[in-house]
Amino acid sequence: MSGWTHHLIIAPILVPLVVAALLLFFDERQRVVKAMISLASTLILVAVSLALLRIESGPNDFDGVYLLGNWAAPFGIVLVLDALSALMLLLAALLSVAALVFSLARWHAVGAHFHTMFQLLLVGLNGAFLTGDLFNLFVFFEVMLAASYGLLLHGSGPLRVKAGMHYIAVNLAAALLFLIGVSLIYGTAGTLNMADLAARIPDIEPDRRMLMEAGAGVLGIAFLIKAGMWPLCFWLPTAYSAASAPVAGIFAIMSKLGIYIILRLTMLLFGEGPSAGFGADVLLYGGIATLIFGTVGVLASQALGRLAGFSVLVSSGTLLMVLGINDGAISSGALLYLVSSTLTISAFFMLIELVERGQDAGAIVLAVTMEAYGDADDDEPEEGDGVTMPGTMAILGICFAACGILLSGLPPLSGFIAKFAMLSAMMGTGAIGVPPTAAVWVLVTLVILSGIAALISMTRAGIRTFWSSLEGTVPRVLVIEIVPVMFLLFLTLALTVQAGPAMQYMDTTIRSLSNPRIYIDAVRNAAPVADYDGVSSTNAGSK
Amino acid sequence: MELVLATAIGVMTGCGVWLILRPRTYQVIVGLSLLSYAVNLFIFGVGGVKTNVPPILVDGVPNSTLADPVPQALVLTAIVIGFATTALFLVVLLASRGLTGTDHVDGRNDPR
Repeated sequence: MSGWTHHLIIAPILVPLVVAALLLFFDERQRVVKAMISLASTLILVAVSLALLRIESGPNDFDGVYLLGNWAAPFGIVLVLDALSALMLLLAALLSVAALVFSLARWHAVGAHFHTMFQLLLVGLNGAFLTGDLFNLFVFFEVMLAASYGLLLHGSGPLRVKAGMHYIAVNLAAALLFLIGVSLIYGTAGTLNMADLAARIPDIEPDRRMLMEAGAGVLGIAFLIKAGMWPLCFWLPTAYSAASAPVAGIFAIMSKLGIYIILRLTMLLFGEGPSAGFGADVLLYGGIATLIFGTVGVLASQALGRLAGFSVLVSSGTLLMVLGINDGAISSGALLYLVSSTLTISAFFMLIELVERGQDAGAIVLAVTMEAYGDADDDEPEEGDGVTMPGTMAILGICFAACGILLSGLPPLSGFIAKFAMLSAMMGTGAIGVPPTAAVWVLVTLVILSGIAALISMTRAGIRTFWSSLEGTVPRVLVIEIVPVMFLLFLTLALTVQAGPAMQYMDTTIRSLSNPRIYIDAVRNAAPVADYDGVSSTNAGSK
Repeated sequence: MELVLATAIGVMTGCGVWLILRPRTYQVIVGLSLLSYAVNLFIFGVGGVKTNVPPILVDGVPNSTLADPVPQALVLTAIVIGFATTALFLVVLLASRGLTGTDHVDGRNDPR
């Protein structure tokens, strides 16, 4: 497969990278220009990822392997687009549009280089979704983390700096574990290409395989820290609730990146062969512990920000648990849950800032950060321009209720459909007529309990915020702040209406993932493009 | 040679782990630096420890006598990234010192 569509695969990395560099040429005062360029980049990303998703799931057999530098697979780095990475790219692009539009109301102005860091975060995320090489994954992971350090600190203030310091320390340690894992795998298997590694695992002799598995385990810890598995998750609620609202909105997908990589690597490396099922128990029990911890945290949270932070853990815990079970039908339900919960949590983080603005807590933090950043020469553009929402409280209330319904998994929104798909698959794992085992009952109970906990917490918070608010001050909400939230919630509604096609897509994704041969052969058989002026392709990369 | 390398990695890792568990930010950053040195040496070591051999493939020379170039490339990347993130952490450390007036990792001096 050649032609320009093939080069679209690298666009999700190149577009934000070029835009991030371009944005550095503009002074901070040219805020509108920067915002427009940044917005254009995210819109292009949505278009590109939609196109990639369509091509990938289209009837033509699309070759998703992109050889960087035109070197064949184990020697050069490859980018691989399959159904799962296309889905994650689209999800990241949609979240980035919503978060960016939200930030344009005021947040992008409270610190320097917001747009550059935002674009670099997208480079790292998209690169990590696309890459087919473990060390390249490390590089993109670090690009994403470096940008996220800057974004978390965006807006400054003692709270953010403290949370940011813990976040950076934890992630630097995780990066070192990542390196140890990668080098152990290289030392035993002699390759870092994921497909090549998967193909070589059966050939590794048993005494070295143990070392390889140890390497994979150490590598897995790095991703589990990112995904927030208990007991590696204590940094997460603090960091996410300290981040400014649009940043927390885009951070919602960062914890899913950890889940994505674990899903990808376990299916590819440990799906079949002598090391099959490696680490499944850790994921299952770790997921259960995370789910319990998250549920208790959701119930115990006083502040809405922490409630959202613990919801991230509930979502991670549910997903890890399902990865531990590793059953086709449950996993496809879990993929739908991944998409739905990411959209919900992102919308919720942004909504919280709007709701709390009326309660002064958020406004005080914002005032402090504005002061700390010291934009004295600023002409305060956020006051006065833009349209204020009419009927603010009603719309905020409806959005809040929708978030509550989605988080607790009640009908009619997509949270219910996703949970229903997972639970019905769990109940139906045995043959017809055979009652589900005790373990299944435990899992089902936990998932339902976590939903009830979310419902209780959201109801309590909603009553406190909307019904018993004594001051009666209506928060000043701009249209461009509430529209991104409504956009994300609308996407969950669309996911509900189009649940059939969505589930079909998830099913195909899981089916292709559970047959790693497809991925391995595609990468190993990808041939370099012959040079157009007749020079043989082997020389093309050495120029 | 292997013993020296392994001891160096072990000592640095031990010191690094102890230091990142300390309550002062400066100790944490020194600990992270020590850990990253240990990891860099470890990456270097997985290619096999050889002295005075080039990582260049030559016709007629058996591969086992050559150094593996991949870990050398990896360690170079890891050093650069580690250096950049340590510098960034140093800035955050200074910001935290400025905002809270203490170098405690939690921003407060009194032990709870």
